[in-house]
Amino acid sequence: MTLPTGVERHDFDGETSLATQGQPVYGERTDGDWRRWDPHRSKLGAMLEHGMDTGLDGDETVLYLGAAAGTTVSHVADFSGPTYAVEFAPRPVRELLDAAESRRNLFPLLKDARKPERYAHVVEPVDVVVQDVATRGQARVATLNKRFLSDDGRLLAAIKARSEDVTADPDAVFDSVREELSSAYELLETARLDPYHEDHLGIVARPRDD
Amino acid sequence: MSNGWFAGLDPDDDAAAVEQIAAGRADAPEDWPVQAVETGFADDEADYYDRLHEVTMAATGAAVAEQEGADDQQLVHAVRAMADCERTANELAERVAEWGGSRHGDSGSGVEYARSLADRDDEDEGDRALRALAEQTADLADEADSLRTYIERTAPAVAPNLSMLAGPVLAARLVSLAGGLEALAKKPSGTVQVLGAEDALFAHLKGNAPSPKHGVIFTHEYVRGTRREDRGSAARALAGKLSIAARIDHYSGDRRPELQAELDERIERIQARAEEGDE
Repeated sequence: MTLPTGVERHDFDGETSLATQGQPVYGERTDGDWRRWDPHRSKLGAMLEHGMDTGLDGDETVLYLGAAAGTTVSHVADFSGPTYAVEFAPRPVRELLDAAESRRNLFPLLKDARKPERYAHVVEPVDVVVQDVATRGQARVATLNKRFLSDDGRLLAAIKARSEDVTADPDAVFDSVREELSSAYELLETARLDPYHEDHLGIVARPRDD
Repeated sequence: MSNGWFAGLDPDDDAAAVEQIAAGRADAPEDWPVQAVETGFADDEADYYDRLHEVTMAATGAAVAEQEGADDQQLVHAVRAMADCERTANELAERVAEWGGSRHGDSGSGVEYARSLADRDDEDEGDRALRALAEQTADLADEADSLRTYIERTAPAVAPNLSMLAGPVLAARLVSLAGGLEALAKKPSGTVQVLGAEDALFAHLKGNAPSPKHGVIFTHEYVRGTRREDRGSAARALAGKLSIAARIDHYSGDRRPELQAELDERIERIQARAEEGDE
């Protein structure tokens, strides 16, 4: 698997890790310009670490749903083109604003990912939708946001089993999410994100024609 | 006609741009950068993205400040004011009913009776005095309702998880009884369980009463809707989840929808005991 341009395995005092170049955001280890991208703190980082074929080359236009405090989206903005970061909760957005301060290509939006019509007047069609929303109905969020993806775009989603149903077996949850998702998307690859994130499923998918 | 955030904007009017980011909408995305250049809003794509960065930073900063401005102390004031209005409206309604009964003999009761008197035609000075009091009573009840609406709108912004589990009004009552969200977050769940039952708790501590099983959380359907012998368990389970929710709301602000599912499942198991017969 090749990493997107702008992401590399970098040596931090003898420990090799994914890294991008940019202003540090959350106290991560740095070496010059390079900042460590910790797969334990980032589901997309874990997907790359697992060698999933994300289709990312670098320089894509990205819509990131569930940006939270900006940990992952700051790395994404480091190697991507225009990056739209949607987050619903005001508190983490304060930190997201700090991360966006030094990144001219990062556009923070305090919006609800379940209501895409509230940000479609700002977000342009994108090459990649990254989704990490810990809410019930994650497949529905992905389906609602399909409108932003270009025909050959990619959905990179991390599905959290416990957000759908804490009592159900994660495998059963993932089966039903996969099934619901496949009416709108063709699933290219799925993988559990252990050991970095328990009970999370990483998904790479392509939008189906309407 | 474009629905882009920049449509119809003067490129120098930052305030209007911020407003459009916040309030605008479109069904589907379009190639906004190209449209912005074509309509002359931006000189080129780089200029467009520069403006977009400035404007989204400002709009999102303002939206965060506004939502966080609905802070816990405002919520405490609102819920206490609502309780005052309700209590006073009820007291006055009793007075109106007593007075009305002496004049008309058709005395009803409560705020609804006061409302019916407020619409009545005056016969003499006594009627006018009674009607004026009835109107005040109805107005106070209306004020309580509008405070409730305000609480329902703001509590989810202040304490999203607590409001999800408890409902916005009970969430606001708990924050008020504790004295603030931080104070609530620091209380053990056993204390949350009996907030609002302080009289019963102190009677118990003096040694002449049983320990209270629940305080204000009794108003939650999961406590009230559980049969008497299992209410203590239900109240303990609910209080446990509410204090976790309050801590998440205070310390992180994340939304954790799974808390609801966890609570539902706990209560379901407790309520199932009634069907299984006594243990």
